[in-house]
Amino acid sequence: MSVAGRVAAGSSARTGDRPFQLLLAVMAAAVPLIIGAVLVALIAAASPAIQRFGVGFFVTSTWDPVAEEFGVLPFIYGTLVSSALALLIAVPLGLGVAIFLAELVPGWLRAPITFFVELLAAIPSVVIGLWGIFVLVPWVRTTLEPLLKSTLGFLPLFSGPPLGIGMLTAGLILAAMVVPFIVAVSTEVMRAVPRAQREGALALGATMWETTRTAVLPYARSGIIGAIFLALARALGETMAVTMVIGNVPQIKASLFAPAYTIPAVIANEFTEATSDLYVAALIYAGLVLFIVTVAVNALARLLVSRVARGPAQIRE
Amino acid sequence: MQTRTPALIDHTTGIQAQDVHAWFDRLHALRGISMTVPERKVTAVIGPSGCGKSTFLRCINRMHELVPEARVSGRVLLGQENVYDEAADPVLVRRRIGMVFQKANPFPTMSIYNNVAAGLTLAGERDRRKVEQIVEQSLRAAALWDEVKDRLHKPGTSLSGGQQQRLCIARALAVSPEVLLMDEPASALDPASTLRIEELARELANDITIVIVTHNMQQAARVSDFTGFFLDGELIEYGPTNDLFTKPRDRRTEDYITGRFG
Ligand SMILES: Nc1ncnc2c1ncn2[C@@H]1O[C@H](COP(=O)(O)OP(=O)(O)OP(=O)(O)O)[C@@H](O)[C@H]1O
Ligand SMILES: [Mg+2]
Repeated sequence: MSVAGRVAAGSSARTGDRPFQLLLAVMAAAVPLIIGAVLVALIAAASPAIQRFGVGFFVTSTWDPVAEEFGVLPFIYGTLVSSALALLIAVPLGLGVAIFLAELVPGWLRAPITFFVELLAAIPSVVIGLWGIFVLVPWVRTTLEPLLKSTLGFLPLFSGPPLGIGMLTAGLILAAMVVPFIVAVSTEVMRAVPRAQREGALALGATMWETTRTAVLPYARSGIIGAIFLALARALGETMAVTMVIGNVPQIKASLFAPAYTIPAVIANEFTEATSDLYVAALIYAGLVLFIVTVAVNALARLLVSRVARGPAQIRE
Repeated sequence: MQTRTPALIDHTTGIQAQDVHAWFDRLHALRGISMTVPERKVTAVIGPSGCGKSTFLRCINRMHELVPEARVSGRVLLGQENVYDEAADPVLVRRRIGMVFQKANPFPTMSIYNNVAAGLTLAGERDRRKVEQIVEQSLRAAALWDEVKDRLHKPGTSLSGGQQQRLCIARALAVSPEVLLMDEPASALDPASTLRIEELARELANDITIVIVTHNMQQAARVSDFTGFFLDGELIEYGPTNDLFTKPRDRRTEDYITGRFG
C-alpha cells in the first residue's frame, strides 16, 4: 500500500468522529430543549389560571375548588419548611455517617453498612409512607411531640396538640429519604481525598478528628455541597411519602406539630378529581410554581455557598 | 540574610533507632535497623527503590502504623524518650518530628498564610500576633518569605512546585519541630529549586536535626554530614558522608554508589 493510501485511510477513519461529535452535541442540546419545552407546555396549560389569578396566586392562602378561588402560599410554605426541616436533620446526620464510613470504619464493616444505606435509598416512597403512617406517626404522637412540648414548649414551634400527622413528621420522613444521598455521595468524595492530604495534617500532629476537619472536609467541600443540593432537590419534589404523613391541610401555622400541605402533594391528590378547567389550570400553575421555587431555591443556595466558600478552592496539581 | 529563628533554637535532639522492624501485612519491609542520627546534622538515607527508606522515615514519626495492616517493632529514641513507649502519644511525637513529603501537599483550600499557621491552629494557639510572627519566621526560615510576603492570602496552590515544597517546609517548621524528616523533597523539582531545598536543609541543620531520603547520590554528598545505605530493608553501611562515598567498606555500597545497580 502506498503512503498516500495509508494517509487517506487514516483521514477517512477520522471523519468517523464527526457523526459522533454531532450526536453528542444533539444530546447536550436536548437537555435545555426539554426543559424549555416542559416550561412552555406548563405555561400554556396553566394560562387560564395565570390570567385569572396572576402573581397574586403566589401570595394568596385560599384554596377553594368549589368557589374556584386558588392561591398557593400555604403550599409553598409547606414545601419549603418541610424540605428545610429535612435538611436540618439529614445534613448533620448524613455527614456524620459519611465521616464514620470514610474515616473510621474498618474495611470489612464498610461494605455492609454502605449496603444498608443504599437499600434505604432503594425503598419505594409509598412503602416509606406506609412505614410513616404505621410506625413514625404513632411514635411522633406519643413520644417525640410530648417530649418536645414538655422541654421546648415555650417556643411557638413546639406548641399545640401532638397529632403525629403534620409538618414535623413530614420533615422526619423526608430526612430519612435524603440521608442516603448525602451519605453515599459524601462518603465517595471523602474517600477520594488523596492520602497525601491526610498525611499532611497528621504529620503536623493532628488527631484523627482534626485531620478530618482540616484536611478532608475542606478538600471534599464542593462534592459535599453537591450532595446537599441533590438532597434538597429530592426533598422539594418528593410527593408520595410526604402526602401520607403531612396531614394535607393548606395552612400556615407556626407550630411544626400542625398539619400542612406541599405543592407536589396537592397536585397528586387533586389532579384526578379536578373537574373544571380552571381547577386543572390552577393545579398546573401550582406545578409551574414548584418549578420556579425549585430553581430559585437552588440558585439561592448556590449563591449563598459561593459567598461562604469564596477564597481558595481550586486544586492545582 | 537568614537569621536563626529563636523558636527553633533550643531543645534539639538526636534520634536513635534500635532494632526497628516494620511490616506491611506479611511483607517484612525493615529488618532490624539500628542507627544513630546525630542532632543538628543532616543525615541522608540512600538506597535503591523499594529498599525501605520511606518506611524507615515513617517509623521515626509513627506514620507507618497508620497504614492498615502495618506493624512496627523495636525502639526509636527521640533524645532519651522512646517514641514507641506505651505512654507515648503519637500525636505529640509527630508534633516534635516534622515531615516533608516527596510531593508538595499544601492544603488547597487554605491561603499561604493559613497553610503555615495550620499546625499552630491545631496546637490551639489563639494569640494572633504570635501566630503572625511565627508564620513570618517560618516562611523566612524556609526561604520563601520574600517571594510570598505580598500575597499571603492567595491560595497555597497558586505557588510553583518548588515554592509549594518550601511552603510545606515552612508549615512543618511552624510548630518548631526538633527533627525534620524529608522524603525525597526535591525529586519533583527543577535543578534550581532542588538547589534551594538543599541549601535550606543545610541551613536548618544549624537549629534542628534533619533526615533526608534521596535517590540522588550527588545530592546526598552535597547536603549530608552522615549517610546510611539501605538495601532490602537492612542498613548496610552507615557513616560520615565523605567516608561512605570515598571509601565504602561494604561491597554492596560500593556497587550502588558507583552505579553498578539500583
Ligand atoms: N502502603 C504499602 N502497602 C504495602 N506495601 C508497601 C506499602 N508501602 C511500601 N510498601 C513496600 O514496602 C517496601 C519498602 O517500601 P518503601 O516505600 O519504604 O521504599 P523506598 O525505599 O522508599 O522506595 P522509593 O525509593 O521507591 O520511594 C517495598 O517493598 C514496598 O513495595
Ligand atoms: Mg520512598
